[in-house]
Amino acid sequence: MLCLGFAFLYIPIFLLIFYSFNYSKVVPVWGGFSLRWYVELFQSEEIWKSVVLSLEIAIMNATFATLLGALAGITMARIKQFRGRTLFSGMISAPLVMPEVITGLSLLLLFITMAEVIGWPTRGITTITIAHITFSLAYVAVIVQSRLVGVDESLEEAAQDLGAKPFRVLIDITIPLLAPALVAGWLLAFTLSLDDLVIASFVSGPGANTLPMLIYSRVKLGLKPDVNALATIIILIVSIGVCIAGWILSRQERQRVLDMQMAESGKFDQNEDEPVRA
Amino acid sequence: MRDRFKKWIESSSAWESIIVAIPYVWLFIFFLIPFFIVLKISFAEYILASPPFSTLFSLADSGAMYMTVIFDNFIYLWEDSLYRDTYVNSLKISVSSTILCLLVGYPIAYGIARATPTAKKIMLLMVILPFWTSFLLRVYAWIGLLSDQGTINSFLMWIGIIDSPIKMLYTEFAVYVGIVYTYVPFMILPLFASIEKLDMTLHEAAADLGSRPFTIFRTITIPLTMPGIIAGSLLVFIPATGEFVIPDLLGGGNVLMIGKVLYSEFNSNQDWPIASAVAIVLLFLLVIPMMIYQKYQAKESSGA
Repeated sequence: MLCLGFAFLYIPIFLLIFYSFNYSKVVPVWGGFSLRWYVELFQSEEIWKSVVLSLEIAIMNATFATLLGALAGITMARIKQFRGRTLFSGMISAPLVMPEVITGLSLLLLFITMAEVIGWPTRGITTITIAHITFSLAYVAVIVQSRLVGVDESLEEAAQDLGAKPFRVLIDITIPLLAPALVAGWLLAFTLSLDDLVIASFVSGPGANTLPMLIYSRVKLGLKPDVNALATIIILIVSIGVCIAGWILSRQERQRVLDMQMAESGKFDQNEDEPVRA
Repeated sequence: MRDRFKKWIESSSAWESIIVAIPYVWLFIFFLIPFFIVLKISFAEYILASPPFSTLFSLADSGAMYMTVIFDNFIYLWEDSLYRDTYVNSLKISVSSTILCLLVGYPIAYGIARATPTAKKIMLLMVILPFWTSFLLRVYAWIGLLSDQGTINSFLMWIGIIDSPIKMLYTEFAVYVGIVYTYVPFMILPLFASIEKLDMTLHEAAADLGSRPFTIFRTITIPLTMPGIIAGSLLVFIPATGEFVIPDLLGGGNVLMIGKVLYSEFNSNQDWPIASAVAIVLLFLLVIPMMIYQKYQAKESSGA
């Protein structure tokens, strides 16, 4: 059953990769091994332009969403009471499940209204980035929050008791504790942005075609072998990225567990020493 | 004055307000206000102008402000059978695919939760990995599998089960496959989390007392993993109801779903008031599942 499940998940992806090396123009008909679609892909200026645009948006989005999402996550995990907390937690969890067409439509109508009233923003890279930050920050907030809930609050309290200013506690204790969650959040926000088609198509303006928008317009016309080649490259990069990130995170986690164990054993030693000293 | 500011900035309540305020203001402007704009436009009238809708508030000669609320859009949605059928069809597809996801996802989640720690880690990564690769490309992959000259039809014809290709692409079947394929990881992860927490001694106790495996599954496993079942189902059901890409690419013109209608109403027909009304009704249908999900999310992430 497990094998069947994983076969279901992976066979389509493998076929996608397989057919990218197909010489034939008709995707499912095998015409011999070839790299011609890769060559064509690298020569297409249109694709490069949209790749650059998508990467720009994804990096800006990931950075801002991580910043805002970290603050939102700290709020949810550490600040138990403030006015409008229910509304806040609603606004954090709603974007996770909100149908994209609704988010896209509502943001576009907001941007149009704003442009009429204050003359900003022009539709294009700015509006796509703002839209992406808005839904990505919710994902980051959830990651940060669940990390903070798993971490003992006493470290922050101890620092405060020893006279550290709130800002120092944030910089020296909370943020380092959050580092793995922030890395994971940044990467997630980055891929969410690279992956989004619907919201970007709503809020984008003339000339700003992100990579998913370009792929979509090609796929609408039928199967395209160069899309398979592009897919193969994307899947390769993502898989390497996920493996590296997973390796770094698990190493950090192991280090943390080790540190905790050392600290624990230190505490025990002290307890055992005490009666001797007395 | 400066001293007071210094004191304020060094107090922890100041930091708390700053930490709360920044994301709060952002979400307020870019998440909450847009819904009120959609609501406002859904009560307006379609006119040939830019922007293509009538204003809600206007000033009378006397200087008094009056509001023109038009329910026409909603009445139109109710009376036009196309919209009604589309809503019903969307709900039918999303409910059925949620059940399918549950049937596919539960055994996988169970298998992963019962595996050895190393295998568990690798399999979890394998569930998450497709989620990180492009959603659009994963849907695209199915066009190649399901089309008339596609891999499945070619294979079946090659081994001689069928003589002519079965039409699979641009049918409701393709939409189901697409939704289950792309959303099943969202089902597996919460299910895995709650199955992993199961206390296996309960099963042993029930078995020792003579319960049959199916009875154990029905009376112990399912009730105890209910939080995972509910969370996973909502994570599939809510976005699937408004799905646009899957019905558009795999369903073609033959499958009506509300996300597609909304998209074309807005982009092709430029009828913003109707598109807004469609969105409001969709939101109205989904608001209760969303509230249940939010409650679950709040409970889960506060560690309860």
